Amino acid sequence: MYGFEALTFNIHGGYLEAIVRGHRGGLLTAADYNNLCQCENLDDIKMHLSATEYGPYLQNEPSPLHTTTIVEKCTLKLVDDYKHMLCQATEPLSTFLEYITYGHMIDNVVLIVTGTLHERDVQELLEKCHPLGMFDSIATLAVAQNMRELYRLVLVDTPLAPYFSECITSDDLDDMNIEIMRNTLYKAYLEDFYRFCQKLGGATAEIMSDLLAFEADRRAVNITINSIGTELTRDDRRKLYSNFGLLYPYGHEELAVCEDIDQVRAAMEKYPPYQSIFAKLSYGESQMLDKAFYEEEVKRLCLAFEQQFHYAVFFAYMRLREQEIRNLMWISECVAQNQKSRVHDSVVFIF
Amino acid sequence: MSSSAMLSEASSWSRALVKISPYTFSAVGIAISIGVSVLGAAWGIYITGSSLIGAAIKEPRITSKNLISVIFCEAVAIYGVIVAIILQTKLESVPQASIYAPESLRAGYAIFASGIIVGFANLVCGLCVGIIGSSCALSDAQNSTLFVKILVIEIFGSALGLFGVIVGIIMSAQASWPSKV
Repeated sequence: MYGFEALTFNIHGGYLEAIVRGHRGGLLTAADYNNLCQCENLDDIKMHLSATEYGPYLQNEPSPLHTTTIVEKCTLKLVDDYKHMLCQATEPLSTFLEYITYGHMIDNVVLIVTGTLHERDVQELLEKCHPLGMFDSIATLAVAQNMRELYRLVLVDTPLAPYFSECITSDDLDDMNIEIMRNTLYKAYLEDFYRFCQKLGGATAEIMSDLLAFEADRRAVNITINSIGTELTRDDRRKLYSNFGLLYPYGHEELAVCEDIDQVRAAMEKYPPYQSIFAKLSYGESQMLDKAFYEEEVKRLCLAFEQQFHYAVFFAYMRLREQEIRNLMWISECVAQNQKSRVHDSVVFIF
Repeated sequence: MSSSAMLSEASSWSRALVKISPYTFSAVGIAISIGVSVLGAAWGIYITGSSLIGAAIKEPRITSKNLISVIFCEAVAIYGVIVAIILQTKLESVPQASIYAPESLRAGYAIFASGIIVGFANLVCGLCVGIIGSSCALSDAQNSTLFVKILVIEIFGSALGLFGVIVGIIMSAQASWPSKV
């Protein structure tokens, strides 16, 4: 019952909620980021990170570090935290935690299929996959020739199976169709997650609805901007938008007919939360849009921690860690390529 | 008996209630006072304890201070035991003829009410202190200056149980059974 979750939440979720709040206290602060931005080379970065929670993961790396190594080891910490929480969780928290990783599973599937299309080696592709999205038969994806085979051979045993009903065709896989497949799968996943959270009810449903609606709207804008000037028809574009969120259904109607960024801006400025995002960009500029969306997302994720006794803190923690890893990747790349002036272009401070 | 003569016009429910022995009411009152108080205390302790255990993994320093929350919840159970002991000393035997005398009924009802007052006041007090204790542990883990301030909220919360005990004892003090004449 909404408002009385405090009475029974701690039976199954109290310990894990306290653990995830402890992890949140270990996220890098603005002071850490300032130190990292001052570093001269990647060994300095490793030294600064050894004082944070990433220390044990990086300390055994040999000296000529690469940025990919740093990112890989930091991702390993996220995976360890997640696996620890997943093995302690009971229903429905365990299902909730698994839902968080389906997005990575979709990305991994698309990565392998695209890589196979371009004649890459399967082992090399498997190493690039995100560890949270691995499943057992992932290597067999390289064998499939079209989507029907993809489904029948591999995906029917995975949790992604129900999301495939909308995109099974016998067309051969090419770059365009793969992107459409990715977006269709992600749309089905977001809607399923949304329904699941609504079923959980209470504070979880309220906070997750807000976070997922923002995600759906952000994807709609990105799909629109990326498909301007391509062969994607308006109807196809409209099919890729999720059926929930602030923009549903009228915003989607407007976005479907947009042909350039200024029309997108005009369509979005009718919604106050997105109007404030677009106000940060001057006309005609779209590079900073990603950063503006990330900043807004981080703000909402931090707000999820203000309430106790709900599951959205787990989702928020995972997303904040991923944002932190993105920040670390950007900082490492800037430092490695000696372009420290551009560091603040894309780092989103969490605290 | 005079009571049944008075109530011969009333509904059958009121006649049924009046026919229940005051000893039954007293015994149930005593059982509720201890049973429901302990329920409240246990509920509060597990709410605080689970959060405290999880938060103490990252911040071991919070454990000793936050045991105060558990102690406040435990106090609630102790109130229940004390009042149950006081109530059971109020039980006296009366001769068969005066079991349903108005004096006896009054004494029985007073003990019953006292038990309910104490039991349910302690139930909600235990819950209140438990939930605040859980938030206190989690906040203390992030920022140690918050502990004392949230403790003040807990102290106000634990006063609720005390109110229940005071009123319960006053109620039971005037539970006097008719003298054995």
